[in-house]
Amino acid sequence: MVGKKTGWWATLMAAVFVMSLSITLAEDVIRIGVLGVMSGPAASWGLVNRYCAEAAAEMINEKGGFEIGGKKYKIEIISIDDRNDPKVCITGAERLIHEHGVRYIIGPNIDPTSMAIVPTIEQGGAISIPYAFSKQLYSLPAKNSILGMIASYQAGPVIYKYLKDTKGIKSIAFVARNDSESLNQRDEGVLAARRLDLGIVAQTDSYEVGTTDFFPVMASVVQKNPDLLVISGAAPADTPLLIRAARELGFQGIISTETAQDAKVISEFAGDLANGFISVGGASTPEIRSAYMEEFIKRYEKVAGEWNDEAGTKVYALEIILNTIKEAGPAAINDVTLFMKAMDTFSMPNPYLKDNRPLHYVGKSDFGQKRQISVPMVVTEYRDGDFETLFVGSVAD
Amino acid sequence: MTFMSGHGGSMFARRFHAEGENYICFHVLISRKQFFFGGREKIGMGQVLINGMYSGVQYSLIALGLTLIFSLMNVMNFAHGQLYVLGGFVTYYVYGVLGLPFPAALLGAAATLAVVGVLFDVLLFRRVLARSARDESTMLLACGSALLLDSLFIIFFGEKQRGVPPVVGGVLRIGEGIFLPYGRVLIVVLSVVLIVAFILFMAHTRWGRGLRAMAQDRDAARLMGVNVARYSMLGWMIASVLAGLAGAMLVSVSGVNSGIGTWISIKAFIMVMIGGAGAIPGAIIGGLVLGMLESLGAQYMSGSQYLAIFVALIVFLAIRPRGLLGRQ
Repeated sequence: MVGKKTGWWATLMAAVFVMSLSITLAEDVIRIGVLGVMSGPAASWGLVNRYCAEAAAEMINEKGGFEIGGKKYKIEIISIDDRNDPKVCITGAERLIHEHGVRYIIGPNIDPTSMAIVPTIEQGGAISIPYAFSKQLYSLPAKNSILGMIASYQAGPVIYKYLKDTKGIKSIAFVARNDSESLNQRDEGVLAARRLDLGIVAQTDSYEVGTTDFFPVMASVVQKNPDLLVISGAAPADTPLLIRAARELGFQGIISTETAQDAKVISEFAGDLANGFISVGGASTPEIRSAYMEEFIKRYEKVAGEWNDEAGTKVYALEIILNTIKEAGPAAINDVTLFMKAMDTFSMPNPYLKDNRPLHYVGKSDFGQKRQISVPMVVTEYRDGDFETLFVGSVAD
Repeated sequence: MTFMSGHGGSMFARRFHAEGENYICFHVLISRKQFFFGGREKIGMGQVLINGMYSGVQYSLIALGLTLIFSLMNVMNFAHGQLYVLGGFVTYYVYGVLGLPFPAALLGAAATLAVVGVLFDVLLFRRVLARSARDESTMLLACGSALLLDSLFIIFFGEKQRGVPPVVGGVLRIGEGIFLPYGRVLIVVLSVVLIVAFILFMAHTRWGRGLRAMAQDRDAARLMGVNVARYSMLGWMIASVLAGLAGAMLVSVSGVNSGIGTWISIKAFIMVMIGGAGAIPGAIIGGLVLGMLESLGAQYMSGSQYLAIFVALIVFLAIRPRGLLGRQ
């Protein structure tokens, strides 16, 4: 009896195994990696990338998958937390490429981690879409990194010029977080301000990662009375604290940053003291977003628990990766050289904006090659709990 | 004017607006608009010193709990910053989201952290201390607890920075260049009250004397009739409540996020190293010294203030390894 039972069980298990194997084999999957900081004070940067990819993948998979070469592929997102540590990031990239067979990686979030994985992705035949601004990443001989958003040195001059022309600002001060990413952004901002003949009254003030009281650093900057106070590379967690400290110290001028922020975070802590604060948004402001973006926002809320305005700048990566592979053909799923060839001519309507402007690759003027997604430069102003669009610009081809 | 529209709206903005409507300049009530758009003021040394004192008082409160646990149990609690974070989140939800009064949020944070302190002792440290005499065991346990709490915070509280509007709106301006937001003044007063209450408790109550006896010599205290297990639990409760109350109060001034705990712990350790591990007055002095160094550094060595602080700390510890008031 026991032998018969065991035989039944063995047959059943074998059947289940064969069925699951056949299902797995029948289902074609494209694995996309998300590599970025998902813990610590800057966790929101990487987690927003992850939630964006997961939300977009859910939407695609619910429709049966993404069609490439007449075949539908399910999208699988594999996320790894690099803790903003280059060593951890290299290990994460190696795991994604060699363990999971990933060829397309969304992230990392800062220059040191993005630079650290360049040899790994080049040797592993992969492409990354960092949210870091170092030009080295995107200029020859580097070829495997694509900037996923608007860089500070692209947005900064546009914002400063706009404020110079419309508000008549004459002096500018910079305060930056003491990490290489933010300091680079500050240095680029200083160069842009010089080109516009703005008087730079402060450019060395910085604060440490993990600072909770910004009164000391802001006291030093505010006393220099700039017309425009730029908080370079401000993490969304720090931004409302910096704004409130500056206002409570009596600062009367304009405050801006070139990074994406979240209106709710600002609203909770700085309230209407933040009115007039200028930052760079994405596709999420109500004035410009499409019905597809509305749908995406609802899905993002389901995945992440609540909406984050930062996601408006990070929504594009998965969409453009898949559509470029589609144009390059199924072989590009595993061969990024085909993907890179297709980048030169690729273009699609931007599904997240009402005006459906083209979404393609740019960067020739900044990097000498097309290594940037043409994310719209949506310059926003915070007003009473929400971001309002000031103007929508674009990066030069 | 609406603050609830769209995805970025917040229930806090309305209250912030209502409370922050006016600012006090000496005895003259002026509108916020006048305050921000009136004349430009120069900020001087007075503001720098006040910034330093303000930070110092907060830091002292944070360091007290850390040094208490070290003196009682010889445990370096690397999860101390995470207890601070938990206190901040409790206040965010009780005061910010539920809209209950701020004192209720403080009580909620104190009660939550007291329970967490007991759980830390009963479920974690007591068991490890009973089985291992090696200091590394409790250090690893504390590190593991910190990582666990960090992960739980991300899961339950999310990745966003959380904050609440100032408990008291308005800014007091003294002289030509000193700005004192009332919210900060309130936090400083509450912190000083808590520190004084803690000192009085330790000095003049039976429980406090028992804790001090344990800190001096655990075995002798046991022989003198001190219930060491119960007092250890009390020590964990008090230390956790102090960290939690610091976080609870400061969420209105500094906000809180899931990942800030480790940095709070690092700063707490710097303070304890300056003041001397295990010395309660040392923790207070260490906190004040660090706060003042940060403020002066931001003013005169901006960009390299922490480099200077760490170099100074290394030199100081090389000369006086037990800190200002630490035990041998």
